Amino acid sequence: MSLIIKNLHARVVGGQTILNGLNLEIEKGRIHAVMGPNGSGKSTLSKVIAGHPDYEVTAGDILMDGKSILGMEPDARSRAGLFLAFQYPMEIPGVSNANFIRAALSARLAEGEELEATEYYADLYEQMDRLEIPRNFTSRSVNDGFSGGEKKRNEVLQMAMLKPTYAILDETDSGLDIDALKIVSAGVNALRSPDFGALVITHYQRLLDYITPDYVHVLVGGKIVHSGGPELALELESKGYDWIREEMAEPALA
Amino acid sequence: MSSEVISQLDIDRTRGDFHYPESHAFDAGVGLNHATIDYIANVKSEPDWIREFRHKALDVFLSKPMPTNWASEDLNNIIFEKIRYYLSNAQHPTRSWEEVPDDVKRTFERLGIPEQERKFLAGVEAQFDSEAVYSNMKKALGDQGVIFVGSTEGLKEHPEIFRKWFGKVIPTGDNKFSALNSAVFSGGSFIYVPPGVKLKHPLQAYFRINAENFGQFERTLIIADEGSEVMYMEGCTAPKFETATLHSAVVELVAMKGAKIQYVTVQNWSANVFNLVTKRAIAHEEAEVKWIDCNIGSRLTMKYPGVVLKGRKARGEVLSIALANNGQHQDTGAKMIHAADETTSNIISKSISIGKGRATYRGLVHIPKHLKGCKNNTECDALLINSNSRTDTYPAITVRGSGNSVQHEASVSQVSAEQIFYMQQRGLSEAQAMSLSVNGFVNDLVREFPMEYSVELKRLIDLEMEGSVG
Repeated sequence: MSLIIKNLHARVVGGQTILNGLNLEIEKGRIHAVMGPNGSGKSTLSKVIAGHPDYEVTAGDILMDGKSILGMEPDARSRAGLFLAFQYPMEIPGVSNANFIRAALSARLAEGEELEATEYYADLYEQMDRLEIPRNFTSRSVNDGFSGGEKKRNEVLQMAMLKPTYAILDETDSGLDIDALKIVSAGVNALRSPDFGALVITHYQRLLDYITPDYVHVLVGGKIVHSGGPELALELESKGYDWIREEMAEPALA
Repeated sequence: MSSEVISQLDIDRTRGDFHYPESHAFDAGVGLNHATIDYIANVKSEPDWIREFRHKALDVFLSKPMPTNWASEDLNNIIFEKIRYYLSNAQHPTRSWEEVPDDVKRTFERLGIPEQERKFLAGVEAQFDSEAVYSNMKKALGDQGVIFVGSTEGLKEHPEIFRKWFGKVIPTGDNKFSALNSAVFSGGSFIYVPPGVKLKHPLQAYFRINAENFGQFERTLIIADEGSEVMYMEGCTAPKFETATLHSAVVELVAMKGAKIQYVTVQNWSANVFNLVTKRAIAHEEAEVKWIDCNIGSRLTMKYPGVVLKGRKARGEVLSIALANNGQHQDTGAKMIHAADETTSNIISKSISIGKGRATYRGLVHIPKHLKGCKNNTECDALLINSNSRTDTYPAITVRGSGNSVQHEASVSQVSAEQIFYMQQRGLSEAQAMSLSVNGFVNDLVREFPMEYSVELKRLIDLEMEGSVG
């Protein structure tokens, strides 16, 4: 069982093509990292998988456990087990974090079913403690007036509460100091299990010191051009992306 | 009502959108002239002074132009000659639900009124088209001298109180629609709370329009005598018809020295209703009047609840929420007329515009030069959902003299596509996401509302959002 991205071509609706035949398979139980230079299509990839209305898929497919999700609304994809930790989480003034997460969980229940409040808060507090989030967080509005670090912690908290099968973390490390990075990484690592697969998108190797990926992929020009083990991230960190571009250029000439 | 009966009806998700076939024993026919007035006065066996009052009001109505120099041109689409001004089956409301005719009783049961009465209300009046069909109050309140009856019974049985205040807070000629109401009014409540009596539970009126091409013109007069307290709540619905329906009420409140009146409106009109209502209060020394006004639905609502702060240290408040969905115009606001020293007023208005819905805020705050120690606070927030929406604010604040203070804050915010996507990514449907944003926007205001009504309001917002997503 896996999340399969098959020959994916996507563009901004009526505009520029950004993904050019991207292939990737994220198996349950594995963590894949995607790295790449600015403008290579990293954030577009995460939005296209989640079904952002600004993008359209022109060819290829995305399969979740064998089933195409391209025809599904973003909320249906979420309820089917897909989670995106946003690079820039949105603020929702007036809606408390506790109510927001409860609404998201309730949306997963069958009609007529209700979330059990005591159990919900027990779970919420447990996950918050793990992420070192203070209790007054529950009554604050979603991301409203949050620091960059608080927003990212909130993303990981929501992920821990919604318990997705597949998660995409879009530059979750950006804007985090080292202490916050450790806490957030520990939160992600706590979710690691044979029933959870993740795609970690990052610009820097730093995050991968704390969330050790099983595979590392390099995204350039809208497709995966190189794949390897965790050691590839270190190589990219020391050598940059130019050597990959050169490697790409050679077979094209041949 | 048995489930078998329910299954035969055409039920929309929207709770108010259903109607039963009509048959009326009393029908003033279509159109409005002096004969219509006589018909109404005859049917209701009214005293001569009211008949004269009505005839004069009709002349005022006919002489006044439509206020389209400042208000919506859509007013010109009201065809007064095609409206029916009085429809009823009986002149006297019953005191028990058992005696209410079955079809009418079914209507109110579907709207949940008898259930609410049992749960938390001190008294209920239920109006169906032109007349109240049910009116009842807890016996203990009657023993304390509280009066809660329809306007007709009020003017006949309690003329000594009724005549003193009727038409005094809002004179016939205040505006074209207050004149119309004064000519053809029927139904509405008359409430008198004796000195020092504090009602623990609210009194409620429910206004139901069931007939097409019809105008509902209830008239409410509430007098809270010295040191008394009362909360009054009104709910309104009408089914969706092809043609326009008119609702034009006049509500007058009088809070005597130290009295407190809270008037809560949760309206959920269908999108064909012109809702043109005049609401005003007089607050005497140290009295408090609070209008809580939630306007959902209707084609055009024009409503600016006001308080005339007549006595020293009187306090007036308007908390309003207006939700303008596609094709709707909510033209709402507040008026605070300071007429004594140390009077304070507070206006908080929140409007939501969806799609092509339009929200307009009009505020009037008047503090004349000779007064001292008066304060007004006005906050006006607008939320736009999608780029076609329109919102306008027309504050008119005249403060003269020193020693008075006024604060005015306004904000416009938007629910962006990115916010909706973020919420959808967490599993909420587009409608749920919009509903959550709207509830978040009004949240701090709704906390001020009585619990039962904040729950009802949330439910109405959810329904409205479901309807707005294609």
